[in-house]
Amino acid sequence: MGVWSFSALVFGTSVVAGILGALTGLGGGVVIVPVLALLFHVDIRYAIGASLVSVIATSSGAAAAYVREGLSNVRIGMFLEVATTLGALLGAYLTAKVSSHGIAILFGAVLLYSAYSSYRQKGDRPAAAKPDPLAERLELRGAYPTDSGETPYAARRVPLGFGIMFGAGTLSGLLGIGSGAVKVLAMDQAMKLPFKVSTTTSNFMIGVTAAASAGIYLARGYIDPGLAMPVMLGVLGGSMIGSRILVKAKVSTLKMVFVVVIAALGAEMIFNGLTGRI
Amino acid sequence: MDELTGKETAFPGKKTEFTDRQMEIEIGRMLRIGVSASAFVVLAGGILYLRNSGAPQSYEHFHAAADPLRTLASVLRGAARRDAASVIQLGILLLIATPVVRVAFCVVGFARQRDRLYVGISALVLAILTYSLAAGGR
Repeated sequence: MGVWSFSALVFGTSVVAGILGALTGLGGGVVIVPVLALLFHVDIRYAIGASLVSVIATSSGAAAAYVREGLSNVRIGMFLEVATTLGALLGAYLTAKVSSHGIAILFGAVLLYSAYSSYRQKGDRPAAAKPDPLAERLELRGAYPTDSGETPYAARRVPLGFGIMFGAGTLSGLLGIGSGAVKVLAMDQAMKLPFKVSTTTSNFMIGVTAAASAGIYLARGYIDPGLAMPVMLGVLGGSMIGSRILVKAKVSTLKMVFVVVIAALGAEMIFNGLTGRI
Repeated sequence: MDELTGKETAFPGKKTEFTDRQMEIEIGRMLRIGVSASAFVVLAGGILYLRNSGAPQSYEHFHAAADPLRTLASVLRGAARRDAASVIQLGILLLIATPVVRVAFCVVGFARQRDRLYVGISALVLAILTYSLAAGGR
């Protein structure tokens, strides 16, 4: 395959990954890593490096579009970024020490379970009746626009959410993904925040989390410009299309997309973990 | 949602003119500039790369990117020579810097709101990011 056709194919694939990443709040990385590795036979370390770059592009590109809609929460995002960036440091440190087979399998199992529990809950949850005292102290609340006007919400089970976020950061640093699925779970399932607030705040956080391990990746030579170029430009374009769809889409449709994507990725992670690919 | 509604949007006791909404809009603008600038530089490097490169590179086996592509100083030197790979890498460095600048923006934004708790929290995130970039650059 020539340089032109290789770049064009990777670019096209990255556009699709970008759309999916923005729609689901996953961040595109979890789609692009296995596709590059399995379809394009790219070494996993190059794939991870290019993915991490694309993850920052997705997050920043989509977040720029979301802020106008008033969906993301800057305080909740910032507070939880303490956990994700510390986790990302640990993850980047662990990459050299630990084999990731076991973690890939565990992560896959977590994803499959979340797909199942997301599938059972239909529609958006109403705002939490009784806010957590810790959430009050940390100002982890807000209001978001719905069909019935501005709807207030407040975070619950803050320590649990913070803990899951640390795990999300570690996986991000270890596997070069945004781990948006785990971030959405921490906010949507653990902290009981509205789904759209969770996905958009997750998108906001992914860039900062990925930046925490990007410096280490660059120094290790995981980021190759010839591969990162079409991946970054493609994912960025895709994420912009995806974020425009998200604002218009119904939550139920969104959740179905989310369920299918995380179930497929969960199976893929387990398969790759068992066969020693990841 | 009943008892919450009253105190929810206003944040009583914090009557500052700089609201979260305004901060988010400023962050949005900053992110757009950062991402556009880096995409432009990567695209420029990409055009150079596609025009110059003859034989296709194989990514099947890992041999790490060349040393000059792994530190800020050498990427800048390469980009000045209009070396395609270095120009792309410079764009990627701009992209990595974008979320870091975003966090710095938040430190300033929360300071303008006199929200000490969140100045502290965002400064902590900034410190973690700076540490990891410095540790990676060594």
